[in-house]
Amino acid sequence: MNCHSVLFKNADYLEPVRESYRTGESIKWIKIHRLADFVYFDHSIHVNKGIGCSTCHGRVDEMPLVFQANTLLMQWCIDCHRNPEPYLRPMDQVYVMDWRPGPNQEELGKEFARERNLRTTAELTSCSTCHR
Amino acid sequence: MNEQPQPEHKDDRPAIDVHLGDLSFPERPLDLAAVRAKLQSKTGKQYWRTLEELAEDPAFEELLHREFPRQAPSEWDDSVDRRDFLKLMAASLALAGLSGCGREPEQYLVPYVKQPDGMVPGKPLFFATAMPFGADSIGLLVESHEGRPTKIEGNPDHPSSLGATNVFAQASILDLYDPDRAQTVTKAGEIQTWSQFLDVAQALAATFRSTRGEGLRFLTGIINSPVLTAQLESILTRYPLAKWHQWEPAVGDGTREGAKLAFGRYVNTVYRPENADVILSLDSDFLVSGPGNVRYMREFYRRRKLNESAQADRVGSEMSRLYVVEPTPSVTGSSADHRLPLRYAEIARFARALAAKFGLGGSGKLDPNIEKWLDTVVKDLKKHPRRTLVVAGEQQPAEVHALAHAINASLGNVGTTLYYTEPVEAHPVNHLESLRELCADTENGKVSTLIIVGVNPVYTAPHDFDFAGKLRFDEKLGKKKIETVIYISPHFDETAQYCDWHVAESHYLETWGDARAFDGTVSVVQPLIAPLYKTHSVHETLAAFTDEPGLSDYDAVRDRLQAENPAVDFEKFWRKTLNDGVVAGTTFPPINVSLKFTPASLPPVNESSAGELEFLFRPDPSIYDGRFANNGWLQELPKPVTKLTWDNAALVSPKTAQKLDLTHTIPSRGGEHGQVLSDVIDIALSGSKVTAAAWILPGQAEGVVVLPLGYGRKKAGYAGTNKGFNAYVVRTSNTLWAAPAPAGVIRKTGNGYPMACTQYHFNMESRHIMMTATLEEYRKNPNFAKSEETPPENDSLYKGEAEFPYKRDKWAMSIDLNSCNGCNACIIACQAENNIAVVGKDQVMRAREMHWIRVDRYYTNTASSATGQSTGDPSEYQPALENPETFFQPVPCQQCENAPCEEVCPVGATVHSAEGLNDMVYQRCVGTRYCSNNCPYKVRRFNFLRFQDWETPQFKLMRNPEVTVRSRGVMEKCTYCVQRIDRARIEADKKNQPVADGAIVTACAQACPAQAIVFGNANDPNSRVAKLRAQQRNYQIMPELNTRARTTYLAAVRNPNSELDNA
Repeated sequence: MNCHSVLFKNADYLEPVRESYRTGESIKWIKIHRLADFVYFDHSIHVNKGIGCSTCHGRVDEMPLVFQANTLLMQWCIDCHRNPEPYLRPMDQVYVMDWRPGPNQEELGKEFARERNLRTTAELTSCSTCHR
Repeated sequence: MNEQPQPEHKDDRPAIDVHLGDLSFPERPLDLAAVRAKLQSKTGKQYWRTLEELAEDPAFEELLHREFPRQAPSEWDDSVDRRDFLKLMAASLALAGLSGCGREPEQYLVPYVKQPDGMVPGKPLFFATAMPFGADSIGLLVESHEGRPTKIEGNPDHPSSLGATNVFAQASILDLYDPDRAQTVTKAGEIQTWSQFLDVAQALAATFRSTRGEGLRFLTGIINSPVLTAQLESILTRYPLAKWHQWEPAVGDGTREGAKLAFGRYVNTVYRPENADVILSLDSDFLVSGPGNVRYMREFYRRRKLNESAQADRVGSEMSRLYVVEPTPSVTGSSADHRLPLRYAEIARFARALAAKFGLGGSGKLDPNIEKWLDTVVKDLKKHPRRTLVVAGEQQPAEVHALAHAINASLGNVGTTLYYTEPVEAHPVNHLESLRELCADTENGKVSTLIIVGVNPVYTAPHDFDFAGKLRFDEKLGKKKIETVIYISPHFDETAQYCDWHVAESHYLETWGDARAFDGTVSVVQPLIAPLYKTHSVHETLAAFTDEPGLSDYDAVRDRLQAENPAVDFEKFWRKTLNDGVVAGTTFPPINVSLKFTPASLPPVNESSAGELEFLFRPDPSIYDGRFANNGWLQELPKPVTKLTWDNAALVSPKTAQKLDLTHTIPSRGGEHGQVLSDVIDIALSGSKVTAAAWILPGQAEGVVVLPLGYGRKKAGYAGTNKGFNAYVVRTSNTLWAAPAPAGVIRKTGNGYPMACTQYHFNMESRHIMMTATLEEYRKNPNFAKSEETPPENDSLYKGEAEFPYKRDKWAMSIDLNSCNGCNACIIACQAENNIAVVGKDQVMRAREMHWIRVDRYYTNTASSATGQSTGDPSEYQPALENPETFFQPVPCQQCENAPCEEVCPVGATVHSAEGLNDMVYQRCVGTRYCSNNCPYKVRRFNFLRFQDWETPQFKLMRNPEVTVRSRGVMEKCTYCVQRIDRARIEADKKNQPVADGAIVTACAQACPAQAIVFGNANDPNSRVAKLRAQQRNYQIMPELNTRARTTYLAAVRNPNSELDNA
């Protein structure tokens, strides 16, 4: 069970985890962030280019029960794909939940886009980037 | 359907919910008198379509209101008026809101509790295995998505594959998921458990122990698996009176017995076509059939590539030359520089004459024209000492093979263009004699137990052996001839219905095993999925008759490997073997054999055996000997030369068709593709009769009628049953490959039969489509393929897509027509990778086949093909039907920069990506089909119906999850495997690197054994595709349309011998 063999190992709240480990039955997590079947979304490229977790998922660390913080509609995705610079973080800040862009985000974003060889808007908004 | 009484309630449901049974249409006869009365009372002009309409019959009016009369409730029933309807709907919506309407049902994320090593959900894994096939096996890498095999690729490290596959390997994944597979052990049709079978087997084993195996017989196909051989041999040692018979219906004894005749023992021949300057094929289709065909195709075309810059691809200094002598056009023959149509029987004479020309003795009388042809070939062969190759076909008799061996020896080819090894087949025997012995012993009551493995003798055995009769209850004897018949096979087929026990066989993707390739290399067959049903492997079934009935195939394979390699760290060795896909050190070394044969020792030719007609039996190019009959992909695959689907036909040469008055009728679409009506003939041969559709095949030798094997099956599953005609019915043991007969055996029935042919037309009508030239012409005018009509680049005021600066990746594809021989591996690979549906014969006849890539076949008349210009002479439209030159051109979506399809889509469903791909957005498509209308290459496919099977659970496992499964009403087309492009681009972007050349291989390019298709980034000057595009032979199809296609072709160049006029 990795972490929970040590952390909170006797908590009642974590009983489903222990049960799963004991019986070998997977936990059926309810999927909150659902995209349509015709969207082929790759998570790893977003993380690797410096989009932080909280940018899309909101403040999961402050959610007693996880909810979908953004619409996840195509318009919302396209807004960023057309102009990703405001959302690019330094790579060490990707997992930081309370990161906020600073006053110099515009130039920082442009710099990140350049050094990370970010694809152009035309490439990011080509249909085949997300739909096949 | 449950008959439950409907609860009593007031019928206040909306009208659209009316139950079908409540509808009724009282039949009322038309009242003509009333009609007349009405007519008289009307004034002015009245228009009507039917008398009922005129009579204003209320029942008829009601009929008009319904979209589907008598079948469905009318959606527009006016019994509830609009206001009430809206009130009702509003109410039900409001109620629905209370129950949480508006959100889809929950989806779950279900992670592994213990994640398998190396698996990242969403990323496929590849495992090495091999597909056994005859005396060969093709090394494979199979793509596995979350534990399900979804796509088969070749293993680049395996000698028989080098990364490529053929149609059978590609299509075999559908066989794994075939819903008609037998799923369990049965006894006389009733389901049994494995342990019940084990009990019976062990009881039999006990009997065999006491009788020393008397009456026990095994009947198998060709076995090339060392583990299976060891198992069988140990069983035969344990039961010394038992016998092992073999029968492989489509391979023939010629190769084996020819080697024995030549060298006094069975040997295996391995060819090195890359070292041959001149190859003469005596009816050998070595490029697509026989052991090593995938590898031979690669090696042969390495000598045909004219890419000056790609030295690594080219071997040898000059382009090779291929002469083919064959009775019926084959893929290899269609690639030949010179092809001579000769009857089967005449090929033996030809071979004798050829040997005589080399001073080896013997003689063969030939027609003077053929003699002249032969002399020129001999001259050419003599010009290239030690660098020529003579190959005899699998279906040719032993004497032709022996002659080929003798000629190769005298030409000094042994060691360079071919070499000999120990036999790959575990137990080479004369198959016909082996089967004959089994049948004779059965008649004499000597067989008590018969175990049949991997061959379908009731369907494939020669007709005169009457194998079904051997298994059936014998009325005279009052019992069955063979007491117990046990059959292991994947389907409950023609043989299974006569057997006592049928064991459902596991697919090779579900079992452990091993297999030898054409050069002896052993691979471990590794399962990619646990058996889907209660099936068992041959190893487990045979083990049931030994002292170790519980032996698993895993242990059998490991034990044997460990025994063969005692000195190594076995676990490390085992893992490396599984990783590489080959067992190191198992390739057979060349052996020295000496020729013990002289052509003079052959008996004189039996002249009287020639007949007016010659019927030939050949394995079918897609169905082989019938084992793939239920494979929908292979049934729908247009055969390379005939382009027929879903049927076989009696193939007749044009002159013979004329004599017998056999014709085709083209009912629609100018005969481009779709339906062709063929004359139906009765063939009375060898004491039996079969009815077949006749098909006229240009290039076939006169008097030859080819009956392809594999069709007409009665118990082959949903796709395979009752398709075509069964050629095995007229195939007897003394006419296994050729049956001479008088013309009277063919009788025209006067009926027509519709054939689904995807390309009947082969006239380019002087369009710039397929460019060909001879080597001489190419050298004189290297730019022969370029068109003068191409519009200049910056001619337009309109800054369209073509003017977009493709700065980063500019995807392009280059197809070398010099390397394409129409083998169709690309089509099946594309079908597997992109979840392309099978539409069935009826839809193919409407030209609705869904293959995203098609291979066009063109017959040419040399004069106009070189210039690409029409001479205006009508004879140009009639290429020499007796022996035309054949060319193949694969046509996927050309991904035009200036795409005609993009301009006309009203909803923007086809748009251009920033890398040059023509994207197809299924979600936006409304089905106007204007894009397909506007496409000059006709590469777009429309889902006229819901061709995809959404119900069958097995297909859900098989589909590639990275590609959308299309529904009805949307257009689809080749996407340059955009899923593979995306995957590679994302991986490269994560590392902040450009996509390396070769990181993206489209499915078609990966499967092609000849490496004819190359995909890459045209902006990278070092990429293979950029170099190919820079070649002089490079051209676009119909460039005058200014489509600026990204898919370009390298024109075909043949290497004819100037001393032979085109024959």
